Amino acid sequence: MNAVVPHSWLDRLGIPPWVWNPLSISLRAAFEATIVVAVAGVALGYVLAKGRFPGRDAIETVFSLPMALPPTVVGLYLLTRMGGPGPIRNAEIHLFGHPLTFTFTGIVIAQIVESFPYCMRFSRTAISVVDPRFEQAARAMGLSPWRIALLVTLPLARRGIVAGVAMAFGRALGDFGATMIVGGSVPLATTMPIALYNAVFYGSHGQAMVLALVQLVVAFAILLGVSRLGKLQPW
Amino acid sequence: MTPALEVAVARSIGEFELDVAFTVESGLSVLFGPSGAGKSLTLALIAGLIRPDTGTIAIHGDVVTDCSRRIHVSTQQRRIGMVFQDGLLLPHRSVLDNVALAVRQVRGRRERRAVAGEWLQRVGAEELADRQPGSLSGGQRQRVALARGLAGDPALVLLDEPLSALDAAVRRELRDVIRGVIISSGVPAVLVTHDAEEAEELGDVVIAYHDGRVTGTRSIERPVRPEPPPGTPGSGERT
Amino acid sequence: MRRKRTYAQTLGGRHKAALLAVTALVGFGLGFGIAHLVAGSIAYWGVVSGPFLVSLRVAIPATVIAGITGVAAGYALAKGRFPGRSVLETLGSLPLILPPTVIGYYLLQVLSPGTRVGGFLTRVVGHVLVYNVIGCIIVATVAAFPFCMRAARAAIEGVDPGVEEAARTMGLPDWRVALQVTLPLARRGIASGLAIGSARALGEYGATLMVGGDIDGRTRTMSLAILDSFTTPERNTMILILVLMAISAMTGVGLLGRSRT
Repeated sequence: MNAVVPHSWLDRLGIPPWVWNPLSISLRAAFEATIVVAVAGVALGYVLAKGRFPGRDAIETVFSLPMALPPTVVGLYLLTRMGGPGPIRNAEIHLFGHPLTFTFTGIVIAQIVESFPYCMRFSRTAISVVDPRFEQAARAMGLSPWRIALLVTLPLARRGIVAGVAMAFGRALGDFGATMIVGGSVPLATTMPIALYNAVFYGSHGQAMVLALVQLVVAFAILLGVSRLGKLQPW
Repeated sequence: MTPALEVAVARSIGEFELDVAFTVESGLSVLFGPSGAGKSLTLALIAGLIRPDTGTIAIHGDVVTDCSRRIHVSTQQRRIGMVFQDGLLLPHRSVLDNVALAVRQVRGRRERRAVAGEWLQRVGAEELADRQPGSLSGGQRQRVALARGLAGDPALVLLDEPLSALDAAVRRELRDVIRGVIISSGVPAVLVTHDAEEAEELGDVVIAYHDGRVTGTRSIERPVRPEPPPGTPGSGERT
Repeated sequence: MRRKRTYAQTLGGRHKAALLAVTALVGFGLGFGIAHLVAGSIAYWGVVSGPFLVSLRVAIPATVIAGITGVAAGYALAKGRFPGRSVLETLGSLPLILPPTVIGYYLLQVLSPGTRVGGFLTRVVGHVLVYNVIGCIIVATVAAFPFCMRAARAAIEGVDPGVEEAARTMGLPDWRVALQVTLPLARRGIASGLAIGSARALGEYGATLMVGGDIDGRTRTMSLAILDSFTTPERNTMILILVLMAISAMTGVGLLGRSRT
């Protein structure tokens, strides 16, 4: 089931399969989830930062809900929507041939839902603190709203946006409750956090120690990167 | 001849009320007055960044704002150039790319950069083309901002306290550059300042502002300089 | 036109706050009412009340502790340059993206009486720290802390230093400036951090499971009970109640900070 790196490499590096399997699944799922979240999150963050329309704050609250709700509740909700009868399940069967519960794609969706608010909120903040006079200057230069967004606003906000994407990636990597519920105990859906839980539950203390340490180092690295982005001089 | 700019607008913001009317025939007009008199607000209205409560604005005879007829042409469509007090150059682009971004009368990246290069030369900043805006001094930055304001072939150029953030020596030096480049380009201009000396040195017409009203208009006689032979800098040659 | 927008914003802000409060209360009440009707019998309350009380017993102290320590940490980060500053910043933000099971694992290492550190702490405190409410509170506090710290820091950094200067020139000592000037001015941001923190504390699952042990009546919070009861009829009740609790926690605490802007 390891589709990323051949086993011979792993043996040479000395990385056992009980580390590499969940690690590769975690990385692949989080990567796919973050691609989607980056595009949609920045876009929505831009709309929320710039738009003045009724219900703007309500929309931000709705899309931030996964941050406030227990991951188990989010997972259960997704499970019932994706697995139980309804339009979402029908769409899945239409597109993929089967419902997405207990599949790899399913947990990617769960991680998208869980990490989306981070990217959206970071982006909104970063975009809203861009000096509006840059945009005024751009308007005076005759640039259309699209070009202003792409050439002026987003580049000026890029530190915060990158930080938001990094946090979303970290959140996707670290998701436990929602992934576990939507993924079940299917091997293809065993991410690092779930593998750690299993290791503790079944008493494999040596494995647990290694798995925990790897995740701690990764989370640390992401956090350091994000705070480094924040510390550098903004324009 | 159609005046370059006709303004007759009123706008309230909180307790402050602006109510002004004036005409700019051609050349460089200066809005002069103390801080808070409404000069920058007037520029923002002319640029279309803010809408007036009542009144009309026309640039070269084209009505761009008419409150009674609900007309408001967007800033992008107004063919203006703007120069800000702190330049507002995009920090993530080179000087040349910054000016090139404003060029709208030609297409194609190379053509735009060529036009940008010409304007940088006219303001005396051609050696800065590949520099990053963050590495420029105040005077250099404002030269580039001036080039950017003019590079888009505007019908009218607006300058909002372009020299106020610079120290005295640089300010005097750039005064000549501003006036020279603008007059030789033939683009009518409106410049805002609270410095009396600057107003006298730069303006063909000085429009005095106080507390949201125009309190007086004065034309300044300038001795006609003998035309330098064509081909030398400042001869006003323009393709 | 700008004036109109400001006016509408002020009006909308107050209306919005009132609307949210009413909605939360009505929703809470309705939720209970509908849950009762759906459940069809008051007996279900008996099943639900246990986890409900455990959740309250865990989340309220956790929010208070996370709030106090988070504000203190946020203040320190906002104001001072001290050795270990970046350590505090990074460590304090770790629970934001650390998987709950990793948090649970390391907390077990630190609190479990079987380990060296855990044994020492247990003797010092005089009470076992795992598989009971204390452990759950510790977990929930750790989960909520980063939100409180970061929100407090941002809010405190946003306070006009001129106002603090003025207070100092009036002779107020630093600690009074902090308590009577800075923190009140920053209360909106602090409150929103508390709101999200409390929601997080209520919703914590993975680490609570590992450190608390999911013991019915003692450490089975709403989050845990929801999953345990997934196949039984109480599930909908549980979910409804937890969602409403989280929303009202967020809006309720958030509203506290919105007064008199």
